[in-house]
Amino acid sequence: MSSLSRDPHPADGRPGGGTPGGAPGSGRGSGPGRTSGGAPGSGRGGAGGGAGGGPARGRRAVRAVVRTLHRRPRLRLALLLTAPLTWLVVAYLGALAALFLAAFWTTDPFTSNVVRTWNTGNFRQVLTTSVYWHVALRTLGTALAVTAVDIVVAFPIAFWTARIAAPRYRHLLVVAVLTPLWASYLVKAYAWRTILSTGGPLDWALKPFGLHGPGYGLPAVVIVLAYLWLPYMILPIHAGLAGLPDDVLDASADLGARTWRTFRSVVLPLVAPSVAAGSVFTFSLSLGDYIAVQIVGGKTQLIGNAIYSDVTLDLPLAAALATLPVAVVVLYLLAIRRTGALNSL
Amino acid sequence: MRVTRHLVALAAALTAALTLATACGGSSGSSGSVGSDGKLHPPKLTAQKSLGQRESAVNLIAWAGYVEDGSDDPKADWVHPFERQTGCTVHVKIAGTSDDMVSLMKTGQYDAVSASGDASLRLIASGDAAPVNTALVPNYKDVFSGLKLQAWNSVGGVAYGIPHGYGANLLMYRTDKVSPAPTSWGAVFAKDSPYKGHITAYDSPIYIADAALYLMRTRPDLGIRNPYALDQKQFDAAVALLRQQNANIGEYWSDYLKEVSAFKSGDSVLGTTWQVIANTAQSEKVPVKAVLPSEGATGWSDTWMLSAKAEHPNCAYAWFNWIVSPQVNAQVAEYFGEAPANRLACDHTADRTFCADYHAGESAYYKRVWFWTTPIPQCVDGRKDVTCVPYAKWVQAWTSLKG
Amino acid sequence: MRLSPTARIVLRTTALLGIAVIYLPLLLVLVNSLNPDRAFGWPPGGITTRWWADAWHSGGARSALWVSVRAGLGATAVALVLGTLVAFAVQRHAFFGRQTLSFLVVLPIALPGVVTGIALNSAFRSVLPPLGLGFGLLTVIIAHATFCVVIVFNNVAARLRRVSGSLEEAAMDLGAGPLRTFRDVTWPLVRSAVLAGGLLAFALSFDEIVVTTFTAGAGVQTLPLWIFGNLARPQQAPVVNVVAAVLVLASVIPVYGAQRLSGDTAAGSRI
Repeated sequence: MSSLSRDPHPADGRPGGGTPGGAPGSGRGSGPGRTSGGAPGSGRGGAGGGAGGGPARGRRAVRAVVRTLHRRPRLRLALLLTAPLTWLVVAYLGALAALFLAAFWTTDPFTSNVVRTWNTGNFRQVLTTSVYWHVALRTLGTALAVTAVDIVVAFPIAFWTARIAAPRYRHLLVVAVLTPLWASYLVKAYAWRTILSTGGPLDWALKPFGLHGPGYGLPAVVIVLAYLWLPYMILPIHAGLAGLPDDVLDASADLGARTWRTFRSVVLPLVAPSVAAGSVFTFSLSLGDYIAVQIVGGKTQLIGNAIYSDVTLDLPLAAALATLPVAVVVLYLLAIRRTGALNSL
Repeated sequence: MRVTRHLVALAAALTAALTLATACGGSSGSSGSVGSDGKLHPPKLTAQKSLGQRESAVNLIAWAGYVEDGSDDPKADWVHPFERQTGCTVHVKIAGTSDDMVSLMKTGQYDAVSASGDASLRLIASGDAAPVNTALVPNYKDVFSGLKLQAWNSVGGVAYGIPHGYGANLLMYRTDKVSPAPTSWGAVFAKDSPYKGHITAYDSPIYIADAALYLMRTRPDLGIRNPYALDQKQFDAAVALLRQQNANIGEYWSDYLKEVSAFKSGDSVLGTTWQVIANTAQSEKVPVKAVLPSEGATGWSDTWMLSAKAEHPNCAYAWFNWIVSPQVNAQVAEYFGEAPANRLACDHTADRTFCADYHAGESAYYKRVWFWTTPIPQCVDGRKDVTCVPYAKWVQAWTSLKG
Repeated sequence: MRLSPTARIVLRTTALLGIAVIYLPLLLVLVNSLNPDRAFGWPPGGITTRWWADAWHSGGARSALWVSVRAGLGATAVALVLGTLVAFAVQRHAFFGRQTLSFLVVLPIALPGVVTGIALNSAFRSVLPPLGLGFGLLTVIIAHATFCVVIVFNNVAARLRRVSGSLEEAAMDLGAGPLRTFRDVTWPLVRSAVLAGGLLAFALSFDEIVVTTFTAGAGVQTLPLWIFGNLARPQQAPVVNVVAAVLVLASVIPVYGAQRLSGDTAAGSRI
């Protein structure tokens, strides 16, 4: 039952639970919206207003449908799944499948229109051109580096926000982590362009130590991507850490484990799925990025740039190229699925 | 086993999706062909003979700064007066690159596009752009004659659009860091450049033409006559030169902001530029100078082209006439930073010396500029005995030389 | 967890340092919005409020903001429905392909945006014209909803996993009908998770640019597209900084509100 006690019941937990001068006047807890949804009993009587025959009959019909559904879980499941499955399979998988079908077609060099003659030339080209391999490997390395940097940076922050900071500040801290997500991606990338420029803020800050920034290039890309996706790593780790039961940690301490030992043997294994969940974002978002690369990458190019530049002129080749990151992501997902990460995403 | 079950289910879903995808795949439209004479034969489309009733709207694809309605800069508004005068509501989609323009035009949802020369022939060849009856655009008569019926906006004497504005890709350098002052593209192509790591170049496959232009002068044995008509041997030489240059490049630039900030910080000290970038940098006290090197330069000349599937052709024609009318053409040229296409526009610029600064109408100056033209298998220099390398191959080469 | 004082100090310092790093670039955006230079440079050349005035009068920014809000709301609404449905199906039922389904839901966000973008673009191009439709706001909403589903799904599924079906069974045992059980037990339990998921889905849609580039119709300019266009315009870069600064400041309110409402920091902030 410990999970219950940590899970405040929003309906009755909030209104009383001290909001020191939080929302002025607006009637926390007694607002009209809350009454009908939250408080049992009162909502039912007040919902209809005048108790006419129409609404009553309607309600009875609804109840009948609900009962039927309740008795037939298969039907209920079918109803639950129809809309989402239609959407995902038709709109998404259908589109993806069409794209990869296009990888087996060619383009007319004259009009750059797609010609539907089945061939594997595009794949052969992708697999035999060494540049594509270099670019693909570089992209993979970048995505892994970004993920590693994010894990290292996110862990202390998440640990602090979830377990060290005073509980009343935790809301604020999560807000502080979430807020940067709202500043435009492009604006942040350009801000980093300024920071990393020759004689820019970073050079300026490092100068007293006789150092200088990395300038534009692959290291800059890793830094900027790690920065951009950092909140996506902090949040799952924060959630994972906050969800750790105190008694497990206490038990470890009681058994004589030192901080580091507890961390390594208890915290880390329990939070690993959260880390893996965060890595889905940092890894795959980095794998497909082509805009930040253009802004701070100097002359670097990643697989996203190669795909993007081929999209209009040679869609089949772009589609063949796109299979590389897709294959990597699917393998990655299958691998981390074993850690249960997809469940703690 | 769980994994197998999982894979089976995934495979089932994919098969269903694939079946669906095959069932409702798109179809490609009619397109042009290569005739036995080696010339470009675009799909047979005819320009409309007369103007009809104007529709209520027009959908445009444009470079940022070409179709301004004052919402971003209250002083730049030539859309609202147009709407008031013609009753055509303007919807605009800003495109970042020529490739974006081509793919947007292929959707068939747009009436017109301000295409640069590296996109125009592609649109004509694929049948996405229709011929334009210039007689229906009264202001066309005042367009500089040097811009009319050129390789990048016409085929076989048939106009496929209305010139909008043009400019050259100049050589810019930091006067405090680069000496002696460069006068040749050799400065950016030199193998052992003292400016290694601080040279910049335009990030587009069309930049291969800049290398070809330099080789035209320095390697006469290659016999390059037009930097957009390269046979395999000439093309390989240009790509090899760029591969060698790549070692010295600090970054490739694609947008205006990136270039100005790089020259400002000194990350770039030498490379290609547009006049407007040089002017902005100078106005922010960056010590730079832009020159037209001795070999000449590549350049762009933008053309308003009409979609073959245009739903609002009459409004599009109205827009063509509006955007090249003297006042508006002056406004847009000054806002964007390029030479206006209409020679009368020079009397209407806010800055009196504007046309002189941008060398508008100076035929001696622009004789040395090779405007972007889409490379196609039919060599645009008129050679019949060889095939030239088409643009799609330029794109692949560009990806591979950047490494 | 009992931490040694040293560990505590080290963790606190690194965390504060990390938060500082998160905010420094945003501070720079603010500084640049007051910088009189048009191209960003360092150090700033002075102070001006000119760009703030310009941004205030920028109708383009305002209408783009409105388009983004509509796209975000539309996508979030769809994602809320679909995500919640899948979450209930996966967490409260056992069926063949359940694992595959949770995998399938993650796919749209895990695959690179450029792949999702061109796939949807070519699909729309072949499917829409026969229906007499074109690219527009609707295509953006469809595309965004596709990758927003996972966010809602994750939040709701995580919550459902934690509050096992026993509470609902208890309610039924006490005589509550299915409808009442849902309204009085299940829904209050998942409500905050739905809200948190919705907010993150909205944020994700709000700042998306790659897929949007490929799926937006003529005249549909979301805020990121507006920013992209204006960074390419000769005169507009500083105004973009102002808009970004305003966005950060303004976003604090909804984010904070949702955090308070969700009441549970642990589950209220799942991606």
